[in-house]
Amino acid sequence: MPEELKNLKDKSRRSFLSKLWLLLGVALLVELIWVLVSFLRPRKPKAETDAQNTIIAGPIDRFEPGSVTAFPQGKFYLARLEGGGFLALSRVCTHLGCTVPWVPDQNRFICPCHASSFDITGNVINPPAPRALDLFQIEIENNIVKVFLDRTVKRKRYRDDQVTKPF
Amino acid sequence: MPGENLQRDQDSLLRRVWGSVFKGPIVPVDDRQRRRTVLDFLILHIHPPTVPVSTIRYTHTWGLGGMSLVLFLVLALTGILLMFVYRPVPMEAYSSILTLQREVMFGSFVRSIHHWSANFLIIVALLHLLRVYFTGGFHRERQFNWIIGLSLLLLVVLANFTGYLLAWDQLAYWATTIMTSMLAYIPVAGLWLQRTIRGGTGIGAATLTNFFTLHTTIFPVLFVIFMPWHFWRVRKAGGVVLPRQEGEAPSDKPDRANTIPSLVTKELAVALVLLAFVLVFSVLFHAPLDQMANPGMSPNPARAPWYFMGIQELLLHFHPLFAVLFIPITAVLFLVSIPYLKYGDDPGVWFISEKGRRMAVVSATVAFVVTPALVLLDEFFIDLPALMPGLPTEISNGLIPYLLVLGGLTGYYLLLKNKYEASKAEAVQSVFVFLFVSFVVLTIVGVWFRGEGMKLVWPL
Repeated sequence: MPEELKNLKDKSRRSFLSKLWLLLGVALLVELIWVLVSFLRPRKPKAETDAQNTIIAGPIDRFEPGSVTAFPQGKFYLARLEGGGFLALSRVCTHLGCTVPWVPDQNRFICPCHASSFDITGNVINPPAPRALDLFQIEIENNIVKVFLDRTVKRKRYRDDQVTKPF
Repeated sequence: MPGENLQRDQDSLLRRVWGSVFKGPIVPVDDRQRRRTVLDFLILHIHPPTVPVSTIRYTHTWGLGGMSLVLFLVLALTGILLMFVYRPVPMEAYSSILTLQREVMFGSFVRSIHHWSANFLIIVALLHLLRVYFTGGFHRERQFNWIIGLSLLLLVVLANFTGYLLAWDQLAYWATTIMTSMLAYIPVAGLWLQRTIRGGTGIGAATLTNFFTLHTTIFPVLFVIFMPWHFWRVRKAGGVVLPRQEGEAPSDKPDRANTIPSLVTKELAVALVLLAFVLVFSVLFHAPLDQMANPGMSPNPARAPWYFMGIQELLLHFHPLFAVLFIPITAVLFLVSIPYLKYGDDPGVWFISEKGRRMAVVSATVAFVVTPALVLLDEFFIDLPALMPGLPTEISNGLIPYLLVLGGLTGYYLLLKNKYEASKAEAVQSVFVFLFVSFVVLTIVGVWFRGEGMKLVWPL
């Protein structure tokens, strides 16, 4: 009887130990993956200080209502709607990331990659683009338009409250 | 035998060193020596000393696996040479390639060989997959080797794609933009995956570093692990599948021939002819190089690399969630499940049977007609989202056409099985042929029939 009990004890000890090994193995794997993922995480570009992330677009009366002005260094378009309000539109197509040029003759943005088109507010006129062009935040101070590039605002479609009005 | 040792010790130094490297003669003269040589030499050791005579016939394997290996070796060699000149940072990458082409002796030639070998490798690996499938080389002991083979095919495509960006020209930059943008449509993990691969929000220096590391280290190492594994499993399965005629029983004890010279000379011939072809091709046609990448201007049309044109074409017809995620996943699941379905047929007969061959031809023809018809229909006549304005486009332009296609394929499968009394293997083969030809047709449409703004055009 005591012999059998000893065997039983041995067995449970052994199975406990092998479970412990398994646990340690899993922990090792998780740690490895964690290190790998953290190591490969995208780094913030060095230049991202506030000053470089803000673009002074200029005084408001430089932009005609109904006009679109490109800012290549900021990778956006400043659109002034007919009502006088401003929108800073990302130039990246929401379909597959191509750069959309403004085509003044047709009064729309047309993506050269898959022919999506957007109106002056960034709304989709023609699919396959699934949503309106992303926005950057705008601030108007002393009649000077400033655009903040640290964050893009994703949106489904254009709404009036996205517009920044000069007054 | 102590006498022999004594004799060895008295040999000249040169002879003793030589003998320590090579156990037998370099050029074996009789059959016994030849079989011995196969066992003694590391590289020849991937073969057994003798192989079944019927598997040596060229039209059984078409030498496609061996050709893949030769192309891999050519790519490794030319790739290493290119690394001596190439500089993987955005401001210098493109100019280092110009330097390579203008100032380095044979630079343009080596780049062309690398470029064309990479593209041929995709075609040859795909043909190899077809050969293995149509001779039934995925049953029983070969089941898992089919999966390893699929992994290698994926590696070939990924290695090619990561190499595509390195030239840093317009073609490469925008193809990579488009392909990595597709990842964002994968739910939950997509955006994270895209950022990690790009090393940031856009394609930039971090992306180039990532792709360079993947292309020149990670994927080559994976190849070096997976290829010997693939070859070893071929040997464990007793070599390539034994060919047989319909109605002929699988033979247990096939006639065998010595690997040297019967198999090795054929392999050498295939390797040399392929090498000659690649070299001549690279002399005649230079690897393309577009203008330097300009993130501010997308070319019109911006295209994915040719082997992704099928997916790019799907994107024009399906909601991206389906084009880049659910349809590819379905295709991969189908390919992975192929060896594990229960068939009940023995391998070795091309296209399973004469009936299987006829059905394969019919399926290829049907796919060749139906796929362009569907493309035209969707392009000009049917606008699913407009027909169902109340539904989100994921459903109207995604789930619904996806289910329609899946239903059509299931219907086709059942029709062949029930009305035409196809065996399971024959019916699955027909669906496989249908899907493969459809994919080829979509690729052709994408490569040649899409012009400015991705409109359908007639190529001239």
